Amino acid sequence: MIKSRYLRVAFAAAVASVLAAAPAARADEQFFPLQSYRVGPYAAGGTGFFGGFIDYLNLINIRDGGVNGVKLTWDEGETQYEVERGVEVYERLKGRPGVAAWNPLSVGIAYAMIDRITKDKVPLITINHGRTDSTDGRVFPYVFPLLLNPYSETSGIVNYIASREGGVDKLKDKKIVVLYHGSPYGKETIPIYKLLADKYQFSLEQIEVPHPGNEQQSQWLSIRRAKPDYVVLRGWGVMNPVALKTAQKVGFPADHIIGNVWSNSEEDVIPAGDAAKGYIAITTQASGEQYPVLQEVIKTVYGAGKGNLDDKKRIGSVYHNLGIVNGILNVEAIRIAQAKFGKRTLTGDEVRWGFEHLQLDPARVEALGAKDLFHSINVTWDNHEGDGRVTFQQWDGGKWKVVSGWIAPDWAFLRPIIEKSAAAYAKEHGIKVRTSGDDPVSN
Amino acid sequence: MSAAPLTAQLSPGAGAFAIVVGAAIAFGAVPLFGSDYLMDAVLTPFLALALAAVGLNLLTGYAGQVSLGSAAFLAVGAYATYNLHLRLPQLSLIVDLVLAGLVAAAIGIVFGLPSLRLRGFYLAVSTLAAQFFVQWALTKFGWFSNDNPSGVIDAPVLSVAGVTFTSPAGRYVFSLSVVVVATFLTLRLLRSQSGRNFIAVRDHELAAKVIGVPLLRTKLLAFGVSSFLIGIAGALWAFAYLRTVEPAGFNLDRSFQILFIIIIGGLASLRGAFLGAAFIVVFPLILSRAGAALLGGVFDSGVLEMSQRIVVGMLIIAFLIAEPRGLIALWDRLWRVVTRPAAIRNT
Repeated sequence: MIKSRYLRVAFAAAVASVLAAAPAARADEQFFPLQSYRVGPYAAGGTGFFGGFIDYLNLINIRDGGVNGVKLTWDEGETQYEVERGVEVYERLKGRPGVAAWNPLSVGIAYAMIDRITKDKVPLITINHGRTDSTDGRVFPYVFPLLLNPYSETSGIVNYIASREGGVDKLKDKKIVVLYHGSPYGKETIPIYKLLADKYQFSLEQIEVPHPGNEQQSQWLSIRRAKPDYVVLRGWGVMNPVALKTAQKVGFPADHIIGNVWSNSEEDVIPAGDAAKGYIAITTQASGEQYPVLQEVIKTVYGAGKGNLDDKKRIGSVYHNLGIVNGILNVEAIRIAQAKFGKRTLTGDEVRWGFEHLQLDPARVEALGAKDLFHSINVTWDNHEGDGRVTFQQWDGGKWKVVSGWIAPDWAFLRPIIEKSAAAYAKEHGIKVRTSGDDPVSN
Repeated sequence: MSAAPLTAQLSPGAGAFAIVVGAAIAFGAVPLFGSDYLMDAVLTPFLALALAAVGLNLLTGYAGQVSLGSAAFLAVGAYATYNLHLRLPQLSLIVDLVLAGLVAAAIGIVFGLPSLRLRGFYLAVSTLAAQFFVQWALTKFGWFSNDNPSGVIDAPVLSVAGVTFTSPAGRYVFSLSVVVVATFLTLRLLRSQSGRNFIAVRDHELAAKVIGVPLLRTKLLAFGVSSFLIGIAGALWAFAYLRTVEPAGFNLDRSFQILFIIIIGGLASLRGAFLGAAFIVVFPLILSRAGAALLGGVFDSGVLEMSQRIVVGMLIIAFLIAEPRGLIALWDRLWRVVTRPAAIRNT
């Protein structure tokens, strides 16, 4: 009896400690809730991206003592890339004091959060992905598809092919095949490729690979018949290495395959072995660890034993560098907002203001130690993408090598399409379209 | 293995009292005093999955037809509600829900047709067709998602007769009401002749046929009603909980999850469906939060997640060894020990 009473008391104490464990925030902390995915099919991307993000936050804390003295804190909730787990983590962490911004790196989770973060007035960052029309900050005040949305990616790839051919006028009568993943993500850019084909007069064929894409013989046989000048690979997961291997089998040259932003990582090419040699892919952030900011992360964070990646060889990989760049953008948005609102813990709405004034020119990027890592960003209240430039890198069998300058997508051409889609969303949801950056945000 | 509610073991007066107290807590105390997290992230998904489990339990537990297509019917319900709301805005949400359930029922009956010839594992494999076909169709034809470029749709605001359910409490009460009504109607059905026909077909198909149970009608009714309930659960899952829908969210894993809920909770028991859903939805959350709070500083979230899976897996094995008929049988045994300790001692 006594024993069981002790047990009961111990159990109650354990439960109480669990419930009370949510730490009370001290003054001057800015909190990043992380919906990370370190297990499951997308763990390679998740560990790299969230590892890079945390490494950069650690760098700011260790080297600078936070942003102007405001410490950066974070907590992770595992989502396995599943929407309902992402929602659960959102509900779990949204009540923490000083939430700065959400960075789920998952289209599905981001979609489920749009209503929620708009109501809670906290920014949602979907770097390099997300809902294209959320670029229109007039309708989506709290959503930021920073650097690159899917339409800009499409335009960037076509512009790169044009530059290789010697100008957009040389695209005429060229033939491009887009090999896309049979999912909503894969199909999202179909109309944009069509528009660009009409504009530049190249002939276009778009071929679907059913999920997961581990068998592509028939698709590549039709590609061989079509004899295209370029193949754009809009893949995901196992589809990418299989595409490269099958291309080698049918004799299509790897250096005429251009991968999109989800086909551009080490994990996509290493399994393909030799077949990936020469393959080219788009990116917003170059890979490699030669940039000063990466060197500081290695020295300061990994030197102190606080590095987040278990495997140090992954420092400077595509996803890790994306996490670092994401860290830079988040931290600079806070810094910019602090200049206006004061050097203290900011509210989500104040951080949103920071993101809407996130303007880093190449000089500022160099000062941050990220010259050549990424180009620049110029977010405004109505352009939440921020005119990110893209570059192209080629796999040499061991690492990625940058093979192009910084290329600008054709934003002016895409903007009306984005505005039309955003206007339809605003109408459907009864959202008042903002007419200036100073408008109070309604929802 | 009975469908008797918890209160059946009490005297009638006490039973009524228990129902009133239960309703007061569920409809009154929880929405008034519960946290947003409790309602939005725990109870609403629990209710949606519990209703889906009630639907599958009717088909698998009572009528003995194994199905691996539950997620497909969830998806049909969710997408049908979305399209009805979008294309026929004059209909009220309740009508949308019922119609979406009927659409799911129709699809369920079509995919239930093979059950006339196939049994057991073979039937399970044929229901996989529903799983893959529905997901493929929803991705393939943009019409279903209103040609949304990324194929992900966002949910309309829940509103019934001018009352909108935008708060977590509102969504919870809405889900709870739908689940209570649907469960009550299911209970009535199971106690009717049709319900007894289900069990007859499950226990001995040939004998049932001999005594005059219409096999075709009974099996298709089971598929239809089951899909109807799962379809409504899908609408709740999409619109009351996630507030977004994408086809990938209704994959084979989800079908397995619902099947595990009824196996762990207890086949042929409506209470079992709820207990199983609680175990599958709520328990990992408790474990995850406890793990993060106690060991979060030591290990990263990936390691914690893996350890939780191991713990949950071991518990499932332990439960099923202790009581193969599921949590509900375990519950009943405990209940007897609590209420009739004297009787136990005397035996």
